[in-house]
Amino acid sequence: MSEHSQRAGGFVADQPRMHWHDQAVWFVRNKRDIARSFVPEWEELRSLASQIKAHTLSRLPDYLEEFERNAAAAGARVHWARDAAEHNRIVHGLLRERGVTRLVKSKSMLTEECHLNEHLEAHGVEVVDTDLGERIVQFRREPPSHIVMPAIHLKKEEIGELFHEKLGTPAGLSDPTQLTEAARGHMREKFLAAQAGLTGVNFAVASTGGVVVCTNEGNADLGTSLPPIHIACMGVEKMVPSPEALAVFLRLLARSATGQPITTYTSHFQGPRPGAEMHIVIVDNGRSRILAREEYRNSLKCIRCAACMNTCPVYRRSGGHSYGVTVAGPIGSVLAPHIDPKKHAGLPFASTLCGSCTDVCPVRIDLHHQLLAWRGELAARGLVPLHKRIVSRVGAWVLARTWAYRIFGKLLRVLGPRIPNPWTRQRELPPMPRESFRAQWKKRVRPR
Amino acid sequence: MSARDDILRALRAAAPAPAPLPDLARLKAVQYPDLRERFAKSVVEVGGRCVLVDGTLEDALRAIPEYASARKVVSLLPGVGRANVDLASVSDPHDLQDVDFCVLPAELGVAENGACWIVQHGGPNRSGAFLTQHLAVVVRADALVHNLHEAYARVTVPSPGFAMWLSGPSKTADIEQALVIGAHGARSCTVLVTPT
Repeated sequence: MSEHSQRAGGFVADQPRMHWHDQAVWFVRNKRDIARSFVPEWEELRSLASQIKAHTLSRLPDYLEEFERNAAAAGARVHWARDAAEHNRIVHGLLRERGVTRLVKSKSMLTEECHLNEHLEAHGVEVVDTDLGERIVQFRREPPSHIVMPAIHLKKEEIGELFHEKLGTPAGLSDPTQLTEAARGHMREKFLAAQAGLTGVNFAVASTGGVVVCTNEGNADLGTSLPPIHIACMGVEKMVPSPEALAVFLRLLARSATGQPITTYTSHFQGPRPGAEMHIVIVDNGRSRILAREEYRNSLKCIRCAACMNTCPVYRRSGGHSYGVTVAGPIGSVLAPHIDPKKHAGLPFASTLCGSCTDVCPVRIDLHHQLLAWRGELAARGLVPLHKRIVSRVGAWVLARTWAYRIFGKLLRVLGPRIPNPWTRQRELPPMPRESFRAQWKKRVRPR
Repeated sequence: MSARDDILRALRAAAPAPAPLPDLARLKAVQYPDLRERFAKSVVEVGGRCVLVDGTLEDALRAIPEYASARKVVSLLPGVGRANVDLASVSDPHDLQDVDFCVLPAELGVAENGACWIVQHGGPNRSGAFLTQHLAVVVRADALVHNLHEAYARVTVPSPGFAMWLSGPSKTADIEQALVIGAHGARSCTVLVTPT
């Protein structure tokens, strides 16, 4: 059994909780549908977004150089990191040189991917994740289970208990408004005490050298308007050519993510505040390898809205932690095998290939096709478990021969229900028909 | 070789065949019959309040309960609001942590999402706009546009500088999807639309 299946097994064992999670995530998918219905040109926007990203990826080095020039002209310093380790070294170096031991961070999936927090903490830097959901999972010492709603797997009572322990809220308090208020007070202190602020980047605009960060809470803005140092970390794929192109993505992002027409704060940072410093760290970490693979390069168009997770029947019922990677769900399952095909070989199978992810993706990534391509590639590389390979081989052989198909059909109708089958652990097999379809067809269409 | 050159070289080697940039000017984006009405609705939908000002701006501000009770007030609109903080004399952005109310002028308002384009925010002391407990944003009725495409055709971010779309008050739904207004930033956001 794959690691994903094992972990998902633990998640589905608690049936009421699984259904609760399923409904909570589906609720967000519904909000996306409503938001989308107010934009008549939605499908055209998706196509434009996909084409802009295709264009940008085809000229990515040029746009990165243009961005670097303009960012530098605005007073930002641009750093480059080949991989996670180099990224972590650069960020830590910047903090060490300036004697920073207290850092506030707004949401950045890239730094999760690079395990920056662990690296900085090992060097004595206090890192405070300031997005409420991120702070909750940071208190629990666990990764986010969802890239937009990091604590979607937790119930308010569990968060109440956590805050009671960590923030001293009254025992038994589980009202989201009061819990948020407690976090607000706690985080204000952290913002005011911070010596540096780190943010992710939603979009980097080549023609202006600016980076755009979207939040609802305002944590990125507090984290960058108080301390004198702003570090923005971005993957190479965050590039868009111009503000005009940016408009297309901003119209799609929040609607796809949470059903909002736009996030509360959409902040455009073009260089540092007067008297402060701004550093931009541009990270490859395997992205150039994905770009080189024609069948998978579309995955670099992703704007991390999480719509594919919210709609995925497997994600909704197995939870983000079952994937064992920073980015879960369909997009995570096509990205992760690039990093470690052996370790993540199970993920492209964590899908029914229903295609709903592809249908909702705001940049039209062909997600379910990529999942299928991975399955083929992993099998060809011998990374699929033996039983799966045998079943597929036998299946292919049988389906190619009419006589074998008939014999196997007969055998399965009799023996099928008796073969031990993990699929039937949570499901019932429908009763087997007594006759084959072919036999039934003959009787009905040409009655004698 | 430097990391920069390594990365750019790897990306060049991996680059797909050139793909054209689509013509964005051809997009027919959503338009509303009544701009002001749609904008006001959008502001409410994102958790804000929208007031169409017909008297003086001062009266409209005074009608906001949080303004009436505010002790420390910052105004980026010269001569508007009973501001008692002179931003020019603030040397440390941390000094604005006890701001109760902040008045921000917006260059533009977008009907489709209730967002206001904020360029005047206090520069080195823009922390006031985020630390404040409550916000009012002032936008002229003739500065409303239908959608973000029109908006970006009319705005620029100063370089170096900072600008933002602000759409409603600070909010979060990170605890069981329950919407809570007032996460880290402003607990309320009132948008005042002034006549042309």
